[in-house]
Amino acid sequence: MMRKMEPDHHGKWAKFHPVWDGFYTFLFTPGETTKKGSHIRDGIDLKRTMFFVILALVPCLLFGIYNTGHWHYVAIKGDMNLPYWEMIGDKIIYGALQVLPIVIVSYGVGLGVEFAFAIKNKHAIQEGFLVSGMLIPLIVPADVPLWMVAFATVFAVVLGKEVFGGTGMNVVNVALTARAFLFFSYPTMMSGDKVWMSGLSDVANKPEGFTGATPLGDLYTLATPEPVVNGLEGFAAKWSFSDALFGYIPGSIGETSFIAIMLGAGLLLYTGIASWKIIFSFFAGGLAIGYLFNAVPANPYMELDPMYHMVLGGFAFGAVFMATDPVTGAQTSTGKFIYGFLAGAMAIVIRVLNPAFPEGVMMAILLLNVLAPLIDHYVIQSNIKRRMKRLKTA
Amino acid sequence: MSKTISIRKGLDIKLLGEAEKVKSAVDFADNFVIKTTDFHGLTPKLTVKIGDKVKAGSVIFFDKNRESIKFTSPVSGEITDIVRGEKRKILSVNIKATAETSYEDFGVKDPSKMSADEVKNHLLNSGVWPFIKMRPIDIIANPADKPKAIFVSAFDSSPLAPDYDYVLHGENAAFQAGITALSKMAKVHLTLNANGAPDATFTNAKDCQINKISGKHPAGNVGTQIHHIDPINKGEFVWTVNAQDVAIIGRLFLTGKMDASRIIALTGSEVKAPKYYKMTIGSPVKKLLSGNINEGNNRIISGNVLTGDKIDADGNLGFYHNQVTVIPEGTDPKFMITKGWMEPGFSKFSVNRSYFSWMMPGKKYRMDTNLNGEIRNFVVTGELEKVFPFDIYPMQLIKSVMYKDLDLMEKLGIYEVAPEDFALCEFVCTSKIDIQDVIRQGLDDVYKECM
Repeated sequence: MMRKMEPDHHGKWAKFHPVWDGFYTFLFTPGETTKKGSHIRDGIDLKRTMFFVILALVPCLLFGIYNTGHWHYVAIKGDMNLPYWEMIGDKIIYGALQVLPIVIVSYGVGLGVEFAFAIKNKHAIQEGFLVSGMLIPLIVPADVPLWMVAFATVFAVVLGKEVFGGTGMNVVNVALTARAFLFFSYPTMMSGDKVWMSGLSDVANKPEGFTGATPLGDLYTLATPEPVVNGLEGFAAKWSFSDALFGYIPGSIGETSFIAIMLGAGLLLYTGIASWKIIFSFFAGGLAIGYLFNAVPANPYMELDPMYHMVLGGFAFGAVFMATDPVTGAQTSTGKFIYGFLAGAMAIVIRVLNPAFPEGVMMAILLLNVLAPLIDHYVIQSNIKRRMKRLKTA
Repeated sequence: MSKTISIRKGLDIKLLGEAEKVKSAVDFADNFVIKTTDFHGLTPKLTVKIGDKVKAGSVIFFDKNRESIKFTSPVSGEITDIVRGEKRKILSVNIKATAETSYEDFGVKDPSKMSADEVKNHLLNSGVWPFIKMRPIDIIANPADKPKAIFVSAFDSSPLAPDYDYVLHGENAAFQAGITALSKMAKVHLTLNANGAPDATFTNAKDCQINKISGKHPAGNVGTQIHHIDPINKGEFVWTVNAQDVAIIGRLFLTGKMDASRIIALTGSEVKAPKYYKMTIGSPVKKLLSGNINEGNNRIISGNVLTGDKIDADGNLGFYHNQVTVIPEGTDPKFMITKGWMEPGFSKFSVNRSYFSWMMPGKKYRMDTNLNGEIRNFVVTGELEKVFPFDIYPMQLIKSVMYKDLDLMEKLGIYEVAPEDFALCEFVCTSKIDIQDVIRQGLDDVYKECM
């Protein structure tokens, strides 16, 4: 059936061949065979690789939907102590209504742009956006307007990826480019204390002392003269470690639950799709800097237990799904360790020391994306030097 | 001083259709074909015309650029056709063989009493020189070069490869004569398989340094062995000869005849009774296959599944090949959920754990020629390194070849590799890039510009 619909390469629909090809290869692995060289090929392909990353994101998405619903009801009831696992049905319905449109917009717009470029450049549609399209909704606040998502997606796909030549050629992570675009273009919508609990801005009379800030937002006031929580004890009383671990905290849609992220990480590490070197060293870098701050505290924030850093905000999500992007991360084995470590360390440095940003993971990974080729360059140079040395001694 | 090496990277692809250790005879067929395309980069200059009578060992063409390299007929008979392609490029010389082979007499000689130049000339004149290949570039060795070593691998670790311990069993004298002859020109390294018990042909070999290597494929590739024993630097040359071809060289000295026969393995999942056969270079495979392969659309490969050449059902054995493999073609589209990219993961072989093949290490697979995906840009990193036991960054080298940065290629180690070393990289590549082709291109560029 699909074969009949294949546009003729010379016909008037020829331009749309990439689109047809995209759908056809989605449904069937084509009967394309090897010509020479290795006559047999491994069963893995890019579609399957990407599909497993999406599978790994499903726990985060599902949890994100529920969490969005929860904080919505917290906000409209003005009750911080609303039990987490009550009104489950209501929360799921609200969360789904809030989150799924973002997913649909992200995919619709992103794939639209991809198809347009595939038609224009006459290349096959590459699968990279299948993952980016899922990552973008998970790293924005649930309250983000859909037009912003659409705008950011177009920006990220066009300027983050297509101008460099498409999937596999981009310098910085596409999803993070979208996030950064939103962050800098609409700062009031992407940070502060208005956006993290869906529907909060519609609540007219907020109860006294009630803020919609994320734990990181609270923490970061510790470094300022007017903390909203009473020192680290006050913070721990408001946001316990286990809440953060399970993700019972406000934040971007997919980033809150450490447990859900680790389920995904388990799948990615088991299949070997994400590099354990990057994930491991990312956490190691964050912990190292966390303990370093503990050793030389200048304000209460620097005394925070580094384990808290691991489970708060986007740290784990960034480590597992963002830093491990094989295209934008370091590509050499040694380089991966250095890259991960620096990214993790940088994330905590920006979090704690920079008063402008409560969250540093996005900045840290984007910065290291740009630095990754440099790291690889030095790793490769050492290989080249080894070879040159051999030549001299030989 | 012998070396023992153990490599940890690599991959053994387990396929159905391993040859049973039985030597069988195949009916004689007379349409022999010598493919000039077997010799990469060769511009042949013919010395025969259609209708000429030749003996086994008679020169049929030589290398236009290096005239001392001669190619001789493996059989006696009559030249029936000279096949040309674009721009009248010669593709093959067809010979109608006589049932009884008559040989040119090159004289019985004792290699141990000959000088290096005498050995060299003897090999060149008899047409066995093309068995000697050189690294870098992976083409026929240049007789004018002074190689630092000659490497011979005593085993083949590629999928379904013939077992040299079986094939060369009892060929001690010929193999030894070949090694002795080669040792006149440079130091010979013979590398044995440390995983098994090599045949006495190899363990008792003299006039060479015996090394051992253990590990998965490509442990048996000379490229891997050179890299770990005596790596090639810029400006150096290493020659390599296949173990069976060493025996052919040896027989030349012992008998005075150019006897280009080998024991080849007929293998692959579509072969009904995979066995060993005695065959001469250029032999047609038709009689070998008739009645012995399963019905259906099959791919016939002269050589192994990783590096061999696709041939027709009435094609011929290649010059460097010890094996004929038959596997199914993969021309049927595969629906995504049942057999395509979303399948649960039990039927296909993959090094990736999204398939379950790693849980069944003993299972042998019937793999077809489907690409199992579409060609993409490089996305996944770190996968090539796992099957590439070299101190070389494979992906960076491949990319430097793609954008033709000769200087960088040189620095990243292009001199140490041959396309066959990248065969496993090509196999595992998620983006389905023809890596061996890319490396071949890079070597050609380097040869043209730097040598």
